[in-house]
Amino acid sequence: MGSNGQNPMITFKNVSKRYPDGHIALNNIELEVESGEMVFLTGHSGAGKSTLLKLIAAIERPTSGVIAISGQNIAQLKPAAIPYLRRKIGFIFQDHKLLFDRNVFENVLLPLQISDFDNNTAMSRVRAALDKVGLLKKEKVMPITLSGGERQRLCIARAIVHRPAILIADEPTGNLDIEYARDIMAMFKSFNQVGVTILIATHDASLLDGAQYRILSLKQGKLAA
Amino acid sequence: MMRAWLTQHGIVFFYTLKRLVSTPATALLSIIVMGIALSLPTGVYVLMENLQAISGQTAGSPQISLFLKQDAQKEDIDRVQQRLQQDSQIVDYQFVSKDSALIQLQQSSGLTDIAANLTYNPLPHAFVVHTRENTSDSLEQWKLTMQSWPEIAHVQFDSAWVDRLNALLKLGRSAVLMLATLLSIAIVAIMFNTIRLQILTKRDEIEISKLIGATDSFIRRPFLYFGAIQGLCGGITAWFIIAWGIDALNGELIPLTQLYGLEIQLRHLSLQDSGSLLLFSAWLGWLGARISVANHLWQIEPE
Repeated sequence: MGSNGQNPMITFKNVSKRYPDGHIALNNIELEVESGEMVFLTGHSGAGKSTLLKLIAAIERPTSGVIAISGQNIAQLKPAAIPYLRRKIGFIFQDHKLLFDRNVFENVLLPLQISDFDNNTAMSRVRAALDKVGLLKKEKVMPITLSGGERQRLCIARAIVHRPAILIADEPTGNLDIEYARDIMAMFKSFNQVGVTILIATHDASLLDGAQYRILSLKQGKLAA
Repeated sequence: MMRAWLTQHGIVFFYTLKRLVSTPATALLSIIVMGIALSLPTGVYVLMENLQAISGQTAGSPQISLFLKQDAQKEDIDRVQQRLQQDSQIVDYQFVSKDSALIQLQQSSGLTDIAANLTYNPLPHAFVVHTRENTSDSLEQWKLTMQSWPEIAHVQFDSAWVDRLNALLKLGRSAVLMLATLLSIAIVAIMFNTIRLQILTKRDEIEISKLIGATDSFIRRPFLYFGAIQGLCGGITAWFIIAWGIDALNGELIPLTQLYGLEIQLRHLSLQDSGSLLLFSAWLGWLGARISVANHLWQIEPE
């Protein structure tokens, strides 16, 4: 039970992940993230950050242990139930994963099409999301013409358009200038202020100014205290 | 919810049309191949339907021979004639007296000797009747009715030609069925491969859709629409091929039938058959896509 008397948003109990080749990506992870919390996950590349994030969205399955999202154990989730778990989550990918044969607007529309939103609601939500990331004027543009920072913001717009309870970002400021990176961190802060639970994996220590957010440090598949 | 669902299907439908139009050469080629494949069994079927209709029209009135009893008198003959006249199913009839039958027998080559040696005329009076009915079942019914008349000794009709035609048509139907089965499998295989290639080129889209919470049915939908629409287009092509073929054959038939004084025109596919053709072709395309999707989609899992 969390401090507010509800289930924590994200719970890991004894979670280990070993790949078929024998590599142990995560070893006995114990973790709780409260609803509305913003948490940073740091560590060198290969420390298991990406694996941990993928476990939350059931992109990877744990070898052992229990993972619960708002009280629901997802380690044993049936394949047919996975899409509905992923709809609760907004995922910001390191490589953006944009669709280059669709324009900016259509890219952001995709999560709403998937969850059968009606047309008018979808239109206004896409515009609102694009407005939040500052891409409203580029809605007709094809992603190939966007800069790295703009692509990252497009990926963020797509992750928040369906108003997920959890936002997960894997190296969101990976290849960006410090200026752009600060913009993006400011966006995350504003999402967190409206109650979104956020988990950000980064190796970029410069982002972690101020101590107001919890920082988890992964080393060789283990959480350091 | 229902409206959103309909909107979704509408979007996918138009998206699929857009995709078909965006690769016109490929789409057109597949559609032509499917159209030709479908037109073969359907064309044979249409020709058979026509053959049946034509045979029913011209040779369609089988000949029945009614043999009267040996001791039949003039009144008996009149009574039978009256009954035949009243029956609306009878197209025409002809009375053959025992005397004229004997003359016919004497004139038949090979039988002259036998006829000459006869001391009395063993032949009965007879009626030769043509009816409208031409199926073996209804003819059998006819035979039973006439047999029950007191003046009649024997009823005979030549059902062989009906049976022969039926056997031929049955054979033809089996051939159509075999051809249709084989070519349907070919169409399903074509669609299977088309969709396989599409899935490969849409790999990113499928992976991303899965990552952001698309259900399998959402991901399947555009491919199934694609299969069904392309199948339907193939069916429409087949329909036009057949319509064109029938028109062309009719053009050839007119001078021929005029020579023989017949009026034969090949009929086009009926409305019902056209509907069946289109539905079936759409279903074949859908089926090929469905099998392909089932075989290939699970291989694409986000990493």
